[in-house]
Amino acid sequence: MKSRLSGNEAVAYALQQLNPDVMGAFPITPSTEIPEYFAQYVADGQVNTEFVTVESEHSSMSVCIAAQAAGARSVCATSSCGLALMYELLYVAASCRLPITLACVNRALTGPININNDHSDSMGARDSGWIQIYAENNQEAYDNIIMAMPIGETPGVRLPVMSCMDGFITSHAVENIELLDSDVVQGFIGEYQPENYLLKKENPLAVGPYDVSAYYMEHKVMQAEAMKAAKNRILEVAADFEKISGRRYGLLEEYRMEDAELALVLIGSTAGTAKAAVDQLRAKGEKAGLVKIRVFRPFPGQELAKVLAGTKAVAIMDKSEGLAGGGGPLFAETRSALYDLPERPYLISIVYGLGGRDVKTDDIETVFSRLAHISSSSQIGPVYTHMGQRSKEETV
Amino acid sequence: MIYAKDINESTPWQDLTPGGEIYERGTARAFNTGAWRTNTPILNADACKHCMLCVPFCPDSAIPVQNGKRLDFNYMHCKGCGICAEVCPFPAITMVSGGVVK
Repeated sequence: MKSRLSGNEAVAYALQQLNPDVMGAFPITPSTEIPEYFAQYVADGQVNTEFVTVESEHSSMSVCIAAQAAGARSVCATSSCGLALMYELLYVAASCRLPITLACVNRALTGPININNDHSDSMGARDSGWIQIYAENNQEAYDNIIMAMPIGETPGVRLPVMSCMDGFITSHAVENIELLDSDVVQGFIGEYQPENYLLKKENPLAVGPYDVSAYYMEHKVMQAEAMKAAKNRILEVAADFEKISGRRYGLLEEYRMEDAELALVLIGSTAGTAKAAVDQLRAKGEKAGLVKIRVFRPFPGQELAKVLAGTKAVAIMDKSEGLAGGGGPLFAETRSALYDLPERPYLISIVYGLGGRDVKTDDIETVFSRLAHISSSSQIGPVYTHMGQRSKEETV
Repeated sequence: MIYAKDINESTPWQDLTPGGEIYERGTARAFNTGAWRTNTPILNADACKHCMLCVPFCPDSAIPVQNGKRLDFNYMHCKGCGICAEVCPFPAITMVSGGVVK
């Protein structure tokens, strides 16, 4: 069914089709509309969801944890400082192995206080043990959240899933979208059948007990194994999803990478802009390409190394300033992933788009011209730079 | 199903439960928390009148009762807080320094 929806509307509509048992609801810009639209579905009797309004995001995630442990499918939506306030509970959800679904609408973290898009919120939670999937546009935001439960609920995985989209750029812009029938969505996700849960009266269960040092390490290894297993499961679910939707997804998306010598690696809505820039450069005969990271956790390191193996110069573009002093988090992961290649391309880190700073095709072309210069001169120049800021010096 | 009795400090991670879930009730009984104790109550059985005042005051249920009489302390769970000695109307409980029962 064709429609026109904003990213938030698309995710709320998907949640209605998923018909979760519980939603922990607390508003924060720009994700507020998700629980807001969903509340209408509840009021209209279109879902069976227990809609729990709470006093903070710490509580909304607590509601989800308790509900999921009880045996209910639970969902939540948040952004920025809301995700930060959940931080403690994100680790609890993941370590208790509760496959909660969270719609994260990416917004800059304070401070300075800012409501616009970058990835500093979810990047800050990248080590919390959640699977992280990022959408480029409304269609992907809709599709990704439908795939979240079948990925997270698999017994060998049992991990929560964070489905991310760019605040305002994706969440508030209305785009054409292809929606699935609700019965198809229900058939796709099936019944939630956890092996053990608190409301199963046949067996008592304690969730999240104190873990002394003789056991903590072992439980962390189990979590690490689950995250590794998630990679394959994400691909299986994507293959099943293709059968019902005709849309194909991987851990990453290669765009015109077949013979690419110069490439970008980035996440989210900027991929749309970058594809347009790549097309323009290809029309001029430049061997330009793009790799969009769709799944950041688990990180598709081997897959990325394979795709970038034949390139000469690559810019890794981070929409969050990790303040590591040497490049953004995507840069660090990518450079690490390429370490085992016998011949590595030149790699530079460009931090861009912070707090809603716009990025245009011209900006992307400027990055490619810098890559072309690096490739032809074999001089890498500064490895870690920012793009889009006002400066007295010449920037990218 | 993996039960608590099957798990100990030699169990490999492959044989533990996801998230450390416990599929039984009352497993805290098997956990020796008395090792945290730095002071220890001693029961003077001759002075005890079995008034039972100490029993409900014990925050750790470390005073077992059988047939209307209190038994000696359950040192596996006693933290040595000394509340029992404070509430005892008789000189039946003495606190001594150190966590080890002599």
